[in-house]
Amino acid sequence: MSFLEVENLEVTYGAITALRDVSFSVEQGEIVTLVGANGAGKTTALRTITGMVAPSKGRVIFEGKDLLKVKAHNIVASGVTHVPEGRGMFGNLTVMENMELATWTRRKDKGQLKKDFDRVFSLFPRLAERKSQKSATLSGGEQQMLAVARALMSKGRLMLLDEPSMGLAPILVKEIFRILVDINRQGTTLLLVEQNAHMALKIAHRAYVLETGHVVMQGSAQELAKDSRIREAYLGG
Amino acid sequence: MSKSKSRSRSKRLGFWLVILALGVGMEALGQFEIIDGYVMQVIELIGINIILVASLNLINGFLGEFAIGHAGFMALGAYISAIGTVKFHLPFVVALLVGGLLTAGVAYLIGIPAFKTFGDYLAVITLGFNMIIVNLLNNIEYVGGPRGMVGLPKSTNFLWVFATTILTLVILRNLVYSNYGRVWIAIRENVIAAEMMGINVNRAKLKAFAIAGFFAGLAGALWGHMLQYINPSSFTYLKSTDMLVMLYLGGLGSLTGSVLGATLMTGLLEVLRDFGVWRMVISPLILLIIMLTRPLGLLGNREPRFVVPKEPNAAEEVSHNAPAAR
Repeated sequence: MSFLEVENLEVTYGAITALRDVSFSVEQGEIVTLVGANGAGKTTALRTITGMVAPSKGRVIFEGKDLLKVKAHNIVASGVTHVPEGRGMFGNLTVMENMELATWTRRKDKGQLKKDFDRVFSLFPRLAERKSQKSATLSGGEQQMLAVARALMSKGRLMLLDEPSMGLAPILVKEIFRILVDINRQGTTLLLVEQNAHMALKIAHRAYVLETGHVVMQGSAQELAKDSRIREAYLGG
Repeated sequence: MSKSKSRSRSKRLGFWLVILALGVGMEALGQFEIIDGYVMQVIELIGINIILVASLNLINGFLGEFAIGHAGFMALGAYISAIGTVKFHLPFVVALLVGGLLTAGVAYLIGIPAFKTFGDYLAVITLGFNMIIVNLLNNIEYVGGPRGMVGLPKSTNFLWVFATTILTLVILRNLVYSNYGRVWIAIRENVIAAEMMGINVNRAKLKAFAIAGFFAGLAGALWGHMLQYINPSSFTYLKSTDMLVMLYLGGLGSLTGSVLGATLMTGLLEVLRDFGVWRMVISPLILLIIMLTRPLGLLGNREPRFVVPKEPNAAEEVSHNAPAAR
């Protein structure tokens, strides 16, 4: 049994089928990426895992536990964190307050929290500088960092990331991905959804290619990056 | 650290001394009839309105919902406490607390179906409950039906209102700027992200609703025992609208704004009393102008610095251990 096992997932929005018979798995310690064009169903897949969308068929098993039976607000406590598309800032709250909210489910554990804040700020020195700044006033890249930092403060064992490169300058995308690799090395398993297949395949161990709601290809990230069809479709030839 | 701690302690002491002086001073001015009874009653009314508006701000401002039936809760508090003092001869303070607590309970129950919706729909549902409460009171003979209840003891005086208002503001301020209050603000800012953070959104909303109901109930109880007479038609949606006007005038998400909005609007309506019917034209006009020039209200989402507590200590400590900034 894998760390995260998604089996035969089917999700429909009204008459539209967003996901059809989608299966994939993530092993502990891996970076797995789902790549694909707009509307391929990548975001829907992540949202189904964290209970924001209810599937009509299929199973989501995390560490042997059926996640579909867990309410959205209890998913974090089961060890899965989600960095949503568009970063999900609490704009009128400061950087520090945003991060403190992520510790809501374990707010009693003061000593450990302090250590975790130190660790996360050492990964994101820029956020340490801007601790008491309102998050709405951060740049796009800083907001994305805060979104990742916030997810780290929730201390999940599996982190889902939805388009962390969206709307960022290439240099910032590189920085974010470098940090993601660091986070992975420190022991968090990552499931990454990306349109930027180039960057995603560079850091991932394995990848799945989604097209109009189903998995059309899977394999090691290195192999997929070399595959001619992938190169044509997603990596600009 | 210890230096800043003792400074904040002396600051806090200073704050309470000012409050105490203000309360005792005003009471003395009233006792020696330097301020006449009429003005004193207007001041009491301002206090009651501050409690109402600040508690409504919890839902509409900090939680970011849109509830427009606050007068319903005020009615419950007024009637429950009046039953307490008139029919059961309870001491005023007991009736006051029972009024607040039972109203909080009803607010919680109303919240369960109401928060299945949000936005405009929540507004309609809360308005509906406001009407239901008024109609119920109109048809219950035990509380006098449409004639209302008379003979309430004149228990509300300046000191009662003053103490309750200050207490309400202090409690709400401490709540709103605590970890718990931040949960409400997070829900307002981004409900999906809040849920992803592991926040039980529905429970947090219900708590806010019950707390707001509690204070609205207190305000109703004070109001009833100030006028010594209550009837259902005092608590229609018009009363709710008054509170909304004061709230939006002062500004959403600002307790200081609520104080300002309630004070200005209540004061204005009294000052304009000489203009007869025209005051109902002049005051909305003033409101219109303020809304057009300051769409967020006078103090939308802003507080004077002394209202907001300093960053929590945990944040301070972290900064010393965090790596040097680049």
